Amino acid sequence: MIKQPFLTQTLVAAGALGTALTALPAAAAWQPTRPVEFIVPAGTGGGADQMARVIQGIVQKHSLMSQPLVVINKSGGAGAEGFLDVKGSARNPHKIIITLSNLFTTPLATGVPFKWEDMTPVAMLALDEFVLWVNAKSPYKTAKEYVDAAKAAPPNQFKMGGTGSKQEDQIITAAIEQQTGVKLTYVPYKGGGDVAAQLVGGHVDSSVNNPIEAVAQWRAGELRPLCVFDSQRIPLKEKVTSDMAWGDIPTCKEQGLDIEYLMLRGIFMTPNATPDQVAFYVDLFKKVRETPEWKDFMEKGAFNTTFMSGDQYKEWVRKAADTHRGLMEKAGFLAKS
Amino acid sequence: MEALSSLIHGFGVLADPMNILYMFIGIFLGVLIGVLPGLGGANGVAILLPLTFSMSPVSAIIMLSSIYWGALFGGAITSILFNIPGEPWSVATTFDGYPLAQKGRAGEALATAFTGSFFGAFVATLLLTFLAPLIARFALQFGPAEFFAVYLLTFCSFVGMGKESPFKVIAAMMLGFALAAVGLDTVTGQLRMTFGTTELLRGFDFLVAVIGLFGVGEILLTMEEGLAFKGKTAKINLRVVIETWKELPKYWLTAIRGSIVGCWMGITPGGATPASFMSYGLAKRFSKSGHKFGTGEIEGVLAPETAAHAAGTSALLPMLTLGIPGSPTAAVLLGGLLIWGLQPGPLLFVEQKDFVWGLIASIYLGNIAGLIVVLTTVPLFAAILRVPFSIIAPIILVICAVGAYTVHNALLDISVMLVFGVLGYIFKKLGYPLAPLVLALVLGDMAESSFRQAMLLSQGSMAIFWSNWLVGSIVTLALLMLFWPLISLALGKLRTKAPAVPQTE
Repeated sequence: MIKQPFLTQTLVAAGALGTALTALPAAAAWQPTRPVEFIVPAGTGGGADQMARVIQGIVQKHSLMSQPLVVINKSGGAGAEGFLDVKGSARNPHKIIITLSNLFTTPLATGVPFKWEDMTPVAMLALDEFVLWVNAKSPYKTAKEYVDAAKAAPPNQFKMGGTGSKQEDQIITAAIEQQTGVKLTYVPYKGGGDVAAQLVGGHVDSSVNNPIEAVAQWRAGELRPLCVFDSQRIPLKEKVTSDMAWGDIPTCKEQGLDIEYLMLRGIFMTPNATPDQVAFYVDLFKKVRETPEWKDFMEKGAFNTTFMSGDQYKEWVRKAADTHRGLMEKAGFLAKS
Repeated sequence: MEALSSLIHGFGVLADPMNILYMFIGIFLGVLIGVLPGLGGANGVAILLPLTFSMSPVSAIIMLSSIYWGALFGGAITSILFNIPGEPWSVATTFDGYPLAQKGRAGEALATAFTGSFFGAFVATLLLTFLAPLIARFALQFGPAEFFAVYLLTFCSFVGMGKESPFKVIAAMMLGFALAAVGLDTVTGQLRMTFGTTELLRGFDFLVAVIGLFGVGEILLTMEEGLAFKGKTAKINLRVVIETWKELPKYWLTAIRGSIVGCWMGITPGGATPASFMSYGLAKRFSKSGHKFGTGEIEGVLAPETAAHAAGTSALLPMLTLGIPGSPTAAVLLGGLLIWGLQPGPLLFVEQKDFVWGLIASIYLGNIAGLIVVLTTVPLFAAILRVPFSIIAPIILVICAVGAYTVHNALLDISVMLVFGVLGYIFKKLGYPLAPLVLALVLGDMAESSFRQAMLLSQGSMAIFWSNWLVGSIVTLALLMLFWPLISLALGKLRTKAPAVPQTE
């Protein structure tokens, strides 16, 4: 799974080589001269915020940057506030932003004027998995049983809890509905932790929480994972509960639910950034990925650890943007203009 | 008892002098964060979180949770002295704390606030020590309908009891609801009342509004009334603490009620802010001197502070046992747990004994240390009121502006704060109450979304609010509270009529 052909022990050398290839003298490699603002387009305590603060801690602990990295939350308007801030800071290389799916969904759902092309892509750090969860007391052992039960029940009988409205959780819910023809009632909550607790409390019937949001309840025997919305199983073999590892959860496709959805945890920077500025941050995040703290964090959250930068990353984002537009159009989530 | 021996083990973990040092550093930083409006506990903890990476998880959580206790204590200071709530949960403290300071009793008000805080935290910590696993399950029973019922109860325990005309109360509350609705609607994912401007995307933050309404509004009023503080005669020695303590046992019922409300709201997790409002409302209703609330009653300071600190402390319980944060600060600490490599949830108590019991032990010690720190500074803070108004007012304005900016790092918020300041001034002049506006602004959003989530779950049937004993009894209680003035009026009429009957015969 971990494809990182460019990544070797000689990172610094590679970075220097990269800079040389952009036809600039290596001595002129860009370095931040002021503290770097790390924008989180979401509230404190959520998944993106946690990741940003882990990175901030790693950068500080290993002295990876001469200037401090400062995390700032700009969560207003489902993250629009943060993206607009970056979009409006052209030629300020001291500002980067971590994304979640709201990079694609927020402008489509609310009509707020920004798109990913307004910013400079830096690198993909990881992809967040989504898992279909039910309460452990419910009778459904497989995704198929769950879908069949939902089909047999009257429409809207089954409740799906999720984070936010017209964001990733509701997109997956809509995709399940389109695939299977069932009608679920989607109930939006503020955060992933709330959703997991509501599912444990039996107030909703299922959720599509990220692994890190529900792992505690899984280990305690309160929740049961049915399937993961990825093309292949999570490559982690270590037991999380007494008898299951992340890798033991079947993919939804195996279960006859042909839906794939992964959430981008990537970095963008301000418009008009120069190649050597981008190269600096790409190099920085490569170093972050090499630290034991990062690897530990990835394993805890069962992240998909794909790393991308440059054109490959741009291409991925372009495709993801198209996919989101398609999914949201089908579900009727697009803002009326 | 198992809990007791675990606790003693926890104190053993704490015995490391470094941990004690971290605790005091945390308390000092926390009080500072609490005093500065805008820089809330959640922000403070988030900023310092990465610094704790190189510490052991036990030391890290001791320092960060101490910041939290410090902030809980510190929030009361500016509320009482300058009518500026340093933290959202100290808004209710201003209602009686500031009038007390104006009467020259700032020292007593501060001592009461701190002692009440300590008492609330102590009760909550006892709960945490002995009943944690039992009570944690209770939080799971809370779905959207239950949350809405709790918010409704908060509103209802607050409405219909002020001296002001009920129409003014309703007008102020409706304005609060309207302001709370600005920004993104979580249920539909649509923007509301932003009128196409990007600056309004984040809506009106409660803290910015409160800093303006109370802080700036108060300065405008003082300027009109003669450029001087009224509280200059405040006693500034430590004897005031002892004198206050002699008086406090009288109010034991208020303190216990405040602690119960606080623990309940912390666990469910409603949070410290609604807890403080609810406790104040209940105290006003049930106290013998309730009609004097708002003019400077010690009890009116004790009630919200006890509840706020009890809620703040018990908010850690659902975080540790279930992984649900009971407050924004707890949410940040939760992120911290994951970063330090700990998995919050039901297994934490089993797998990480050192950590959990070290933390619980540090709550006891942290609060005792906090109480000592803040009580010794009472004379110092009371002495601030002797500084001439012309010097202190500009400083307060600057602190307010910095605070308003810090909430979202947005320049516009400073202008918003000034507008709210003028609004606060006008409200006072016209005799409109500020409390209902603030209450609606802080809870309106949450009440609305939990109501609509409940409606989604029930497919639009109101029967969900009486669907089980828990939600049914809270809603019924709330409605009783709302109509209490009418009910007591009717009862009173009946009673006066009864003896009147024989006379007319």
